[in-house]
Amino acid sequence: MRELKIFAIVAFFSLLTYYLVEPYAHHAMHMKVDKDGNEIKIESHGFTYDGTDDIAEAKRKGDDALVAKKEAFWSDVVVVSSMTGDTVAGEAVFANCLGCHSGANINMGGVVPPNLDHAGAIYDKNYLIALIKDPAMASNVDHKYADTSMHPMGSIKFTVTDNQQIADVVAYILEKKVGEVTAKEVFTEACVRCHAVRYAKMTQIGETPKFKHRKDALAHEIKVIEEQDRIKAYMGNLPPDLSMMIRARSSHFLETFVENPQSGLPGTSMPRVGLNQEGYEKVKEYLTEAGDPSKKAREELGPWVIGFFVIFTILAFLWKKSMWRDLH
Amino acid sequence: MAHFDENAKPFSNKWLDERIGLNTLKRVLNTEYWIPKDINFLWAMGMVLAATFGILVISGIFLLMYYKPDADLAFDSVNYTIMSEVGFGWLWRHVHGVGASIVFLIIYIHMFTGIYYGSYKRGRELIWLSGMGLFVAFSAEAFSGYMLPWGQMSYWAGMVITNLFSGGSLEAYGLVEWIRGDYVPGDAYLTRFFMLHVLLIPLAIIGLIVLHFGTLRLPHVNNQEGAEIDFDEAASLWKAGKRKESKVIPFSPVFLSKDIFVMGVYFILFFYLVFYHFDFAMDPVNFDPANGLKTPAHIYPEWYFLWSYEILRPFSKDVGLIAFGIAQAAFVFLPFIDRSPNVAPAHKRGLFQIWFWVLLIDMIVLTAMGKLPPTDPTFAFIGLVSAILFLCMGPILVVITMFEKKIEKGA
Repeated sequence: MRELKIFAIVAFFSLLTYYLVEPYAHHAMHMKVDKDGNEIKIESHGFTYDGTDDIAEAKRKGDDALVAKKEAFWSDVVVVSSMTGDTVAGEAVFANCLGCHSGANINMGGVVPPNLDHAGAIYDKNYLIALIKDPAMASNVDHKYADTSMHPMGSIKFTVTDNQQIADVVAYILEKKVGEVTAKEVFTEACVRCHAVRYAKMTQIGETPKFKHRKDALAHEIKVIEEQDRIKAYMGNLPPDLSMMIRARSSHFLETFVENPQSGLPGTSMPRVGLNQEGYEKVKEYLTEAGDPSKKAREELGPWVIGFFVIFTILAFLWKKSMWRDLH
Repeated sequence: MAHFDENAKPFSNKWLDERIGLNTLKRVLNTEYWIPKDINFLWAMGMVLAATFGILVISGIFLLMYYKPDADLAFDSVNYTIMSEVGFGWLWRHVHGVGASIVFLIIYIHMFTGIYYGSYKRGRELIWLSGMGLFVAFSAEAFSGYMLPWGQMSYWAGMVITNLFSGGSLEAYGLVEWIRGDYVPGDAYLTRFFMLHVLLIPLAIIGLIVLHFGTLRLPHVNNQEGAEIDFDEAASLWKAGKRKESKVIPFSPVFLSKDIFVMGVYFILFFYLVFYHFDFAMDPVNFDPANGLKTPAHIYPEWYFLWSYEILRPFSKDVGLIAFGIAQAAFVFLPFIDRSPNVAPAHKRGLFQIWFWVLLIDMIVLTAMGKLPPTDPTFAFIGLVSAILFLCMGPILVVITMFEKKIEKGA
């Protein structure tokens, strides 16, 4: 039928244009290539951490010493990972952590040390091991330091030195620091020390409470600004507000970026935070609530509106048929 | 004074007819507005466009109630207030965003339909010209609207486009500042584009739509074969009940019944996009707030401007601007550079058919290259070749249509 043939032609050229300007162009625009012009494929590892990306990055830099260092570091992590930890001994080691990770919201060396209340539920085991061995290496920001013990948590390298101790404390965290955790709690523990979410009234020092007096509100605001200044001094720039991030970046970018910030923004001062799959899902849930709260309503309403127009179109077709019946 | 029946009930048919000529209006605009029978669904694109414009106006009115034209508040009024605080604000925004993008798809289909069937030729020049006026007005409307969410792409697209007015080597930065009301896009810039978007340009569009419909009434709409129809004869056949023999149908209800069916199909697609695939119309980069100190890695216009953007891009500054200017105006002259005596579909016009498909494909290639990074030498080269080809298409058309033979039409 002629009309269908014409429709097929129109649809073909429309879809071709769509393919070229959307999937194809965006792929070409965001493609990363190494110095030989080969595409660097950025893929998620399902929020597990074994240093694959880190070693590949070092290889691309052509720095053999760095490659060897990273390989040695991550193979050590595997060794500790296979050891059996003792949670009782681990609790004693964990006492060392509480000196900084007290939940008191006090900036130490650039940022507020995160609260570890649900660390066992939201972070990956290998990442925790790596972090205690060498925080800068684990979070893939060692390029920021001439000596990784200069990292704000770098002193851990001298306080927890024994592999068994690391296995113990990680076993303790994985067993005791768990439990039901909300999306907001995960986001607060993993992201809030640097990022604000103004659409959810979240600042770098936590959710902004309601104040009765303007004076108190202003005093709180000054505290936020002071904290932001400290973060700025440490990170080089104020990390962005994440209110709209769920719509400003593709889900593939967010996934791979949270897993390894260096993959999306080479050289960034953002550390890898080591979330596991469940932890990431919670963060995503929180960001969706802040930046795309209509998602559920949209998905619920869609079928009704489309259903209406399907019925409308069927009726219109019948009307058209009756009107055109005796024309030819 | 005319005679007014004192027994006519207020607002009855007769009462209205005596005062505003209701029956004449109905006859001229509906029941005796004759449309050729030999048409396909592409003839419904005009009404689809009118309906889409209606949807844009309605959704725009809802958005206007909460939008704040202020460089400090605009971004959050769109992304927070409208998207999460206002009931169904998200729906109106997505309808408006998708509508603004899809309206250009329909405009291009409508335009290429006109070119394919030669619907701009003698007698129909004003339809084409008023249509081009609408294209320009819609482009201005789209651009000014794109500024309003005040995201990164709003800001930087505004920066790039207003910079064009410096005229390359003319260095008319005074003009650029005058347009912006500032050295860079800022509050003064945003508020004036807001005014243009919600008042001046929509007024112009409404006026042009009326003109566009008006220019169509006497020459009548074209048909699939470009046949010259004796509308009086065909109309009298229809009125005599010889519907099969008549070559025409009345606008209402027969033509309209087909229009509404096509619109139904279109709205299924439209709302599928609104609910499940709105991303193509809402660039992710624009969900980052405007920041004059942070240039995005890639700045590109919305898809419907890409072909003309790509005509600007591959050349040096001044040549590019001139080429861009020519490309903007080129389509306006179509009725005057097509020298052929034939009103016929492209597939009956020999070389013109090849010209048509080359033009279409060239514009799609330009559109793709306009978005792909020009740092890639292959893309840059394809872009340059297709831009030059586009500029040659006008002169080529003059030549091939001068030699086009007159098609003898059977009775």
